Amino acid sequence: MVKYIIKRVLKNKLALASLILISAIFIIAVFASFISPYDPYKIDVYHVLEPPSKAHLFGTDELGRDVCSRIIYGARVSLKVGFLAMGIAIFIGTLLGAIAGYYGKWVDTIIMRIVDVMLAFPSLFLILAVVAVLEPSIYIIMVVIGLTGWMDVARLVRAEVLSLKEREFVLAAKAIGASSSRVIFKHILPNAIYPVIVAATFAVGGAILIESGLSFLGLGIQPPEPSWGGILSIGKDYITVAWWMSLFPGIAIFLTVLSFNLIGEALRDALDPKHWIED
Amino acid sequence: MIPILFGITLICFVVINLAPGSPATFQEELSPKASPEAMESLKKLYGLDKPIHERYLNWLRMVVTLDLGKSFVDGRAVKEKIKERLPITIILNLLSLLLILIVAIPIGIYSAFKSGKLFDRLLTVFVFTGFSVPTFWLALLAMIVFGIKFGLLPISGIQSIGAETMPFYERILDWIKHLILPVTIMSFAGLAGMSRYTRSSMLEVLRQDYIRTARAKGLPERVVIIRHALRNALLPVVTLLGLAVPGLIGGSVIFESIFSIPGMGQLFYSSAMARDYPTIMGILVIGALLTLIGNLLADIAYFIVDPRIRVKRNG
Repeated sequence: MVKYIIKRVLKNKLALASLILISAIFIIAVFASFISPYDPYKIDVYHVLEPPSKAHLFGTDELGRDVCSRIIYGARVSLKVGFLAMGIAIFIGTLLGAIAGYYGKWVDTIIMRIVDVMLAFPSLFLILAVVAVLEPSIYIIMVVIGLTGWMDVARLVRAEVLSLKEREFVLAAKAIGASSSRVIFKHILPNAIYPVIVAATFAVGGAILIESGLSFLGLGIQPPEPSWGGILSIGKDYITVAWWMSLFPGIAIFLTVLSFNLIGEALRDALDPKHWIED
Repeated sequence: MIPILFGITLICFVVINLAPGSPATFQEELSPKASPEAMESLKKLYGLDKPIHERYLNWLRMVVTLDLGKSFVDGRAVKEKIKERLPITIILNLLSLLLILIVAIPIGIYSAFKSGKLFDRLLTVFVFTGFSVPTFWLALLAMIVFGIKFGLLPISGIQSIGAETMPFYERILDWIKHLILPVTIMSFAGLAGMSRYTRSSMLEVLRQDYIRTARAKGLPERVVIIRHALRNALLPVVTLLGLAVPGLIGGSVIFESIFSIPGMGQLFYSSAMARDYPTIMGILVIGALLTLIGNLLADIAYFIVDPRIRVKRNG
């Protein structure tokens, strides 16, 4: 099954390209200190706001720092936030969704009410409020994005669990006396894993977008630590004189998020039973 | 609805109050020489010396009567501050919703009919761009291209300096010019989602038996589409429109601060920066309320579009 899915995803050329791109970004992020042409923190007052050239591929910023190097280091922040926030959201969503679907009745009612309340907030308002009262740091940002992004996963898992819990293999497990937690974690959730994986792929892209938005507003990653949203934020102040600061970090965000979304879409297609009969 | 409202106020309150920083410590940072007595009186003034559940009940009592307290920053009533900012935010959001509706629905329908053809593929590209592009970056690019390179459109504020003295129609024109960029960019992500949704909804409907029946009995294609397919396809779209409201309102923080539009989003941003708790809490509540109202309106619209609900009620 897994082999088959991988084969199907790789057949999709866009998804393959996205996979390669994301792997490349990963490598760049891990080996940033070897790859980046300059120190991303190095201030150079003689080369301030220089347009892209051979020496500075993406130009320099208002303090003469190399924009290309800052983008390379910024990949670390984006990937870290993207994956960890996704992990938190998937963990909470899967757990609450499974509990709500499995136990039903008032447990279900309460959890789904919480979901409704959380969905009523414009999520950016909630995130901004939390980040504003706590000191913004990369960890708080991850946690807050995760805490405000689990609701769709919870709904998804709940629906899966609702349909799975009446199936024979679950009833059989219950009949031989398996505990509730064993039934949920060993029998039900493994069968609900695929839609969760699809949701997780989209969630990484979503978290990266939110983080860059927060950093752009100045309430995310704090300077001088390089982040894609942070460079854009400064770029806005120099928009009339230094277009390169507004252009390149945005391309980095766009391509990264696009890659995750394309892979998610390919996974969804590959996992959709409607397509299986065709080949 | 009532439990949700209660939950909303609870979350607002908990979020703001469990934070370690308080406005007292914040002011301490600004003037470290403040005496302990001065700090105490500051805490008393803001009610920060009372236990948390008491503060919540006090605050809830105020919120129910729509009294949102006084701003820490300038001592003005939060209600007044929001009231003067809210209209422009609502107008921007309504215009965006309208633009999304007008553009996305025809695109989605057309694309469903041309399924698999070039137009449909272009739509798919557009959809993925819309989902993946950071819209604030798009706003920056649009500002560079339309505002700075070609100087076609103004890039900040909602009116030119001295607009008060312009004749009426020029003022309207000035308004429109200022609103084109923000509204278009705000709608971008919504456009992508909505046209994709309309498309799949339309495709679903076109597969139904009643469409085959309508075609089989020889109705012209135009009638099949407008009278039989469209209404059914638009049902889920209406619901989605209601769900788009929180995203739009949340986005207003970013767009209003990029385009310097004096709306509620910009107020929220400056309050967040200044840790103005009453204003932050007030706007959080109002934002959630607007979302609920959006969902309620979507339900009503659903009622209008879906004949089945009406039949049930009448018979």
